[in-house]
Amino acid sequence: MKEFFIFVLIMLSVLILVYLYRVIQGPTVFDRVLGLNGISTKAIILVVVMGTVYDRVEMFVDISTGYALLNMVGAFAIAKFLEQRGTP
Amino acid sequence: MVVLSIAFILAGLFFLLVAAIGTIRLPDVFTRSHAVSLTDSLGAFCVLFGLSLYQGFGINMLKILVVLALLFLLNPVIAHATLRAAYRAGVKPHTEEKS
Repeated sequence: MKEFFIFVLIMLSVLILVYLYRVIQGPTVFDRVLGLNGISTKAIILVVVMGTVYDRVEMFVDISTGYALLNMVGAFAIAKFLEQRGTP
Repeated sequence: MVVLSIAFILAGLFFLLVAAIGTIRLPDVFTRSHAVSLTDSLGAFCVLFGLSLYQGFGINMLKILVVLALLFLLNPVIAHATLRAAYRAGVKPHTEEKS
């Protein structure tokens, strides 16, 4: 069972690399923001899977909850700033 | 229970893979956000629900379901805020070229 979860970890890391291509390549700054949003979603899942591998889910889930809330605040701040600045 | 959780995790990985392909292949920011917000939310739902089934009934399952509910609420809201900023900043949507 542990090997299956390690396989899930590797798959999620590959998907993070795919999103990183969009973050580096993206034509506008909003593409980069969307790519970062996707990366943080993958990172939340990654932390929970890592807790399942180490058999300490009750600790890792709290870390991922805090990460989700920080992600929300950061994304709203960036979106508001770019909306008021007004250049693509 | 374990078989059901493995099935949910594999389905979620498939949806996450589709979302990643859409992020690369689609032409502009609005269609890309379609891939990121919709498919990504479904994939995260499937993977986290499979993990919570693997934990069995108890406090751990409840905690993972709290993270799941948080992600399910916040992911579309963040996508909507980013796209509203993009639309008001003047990004033109991609339309079909006349040949």
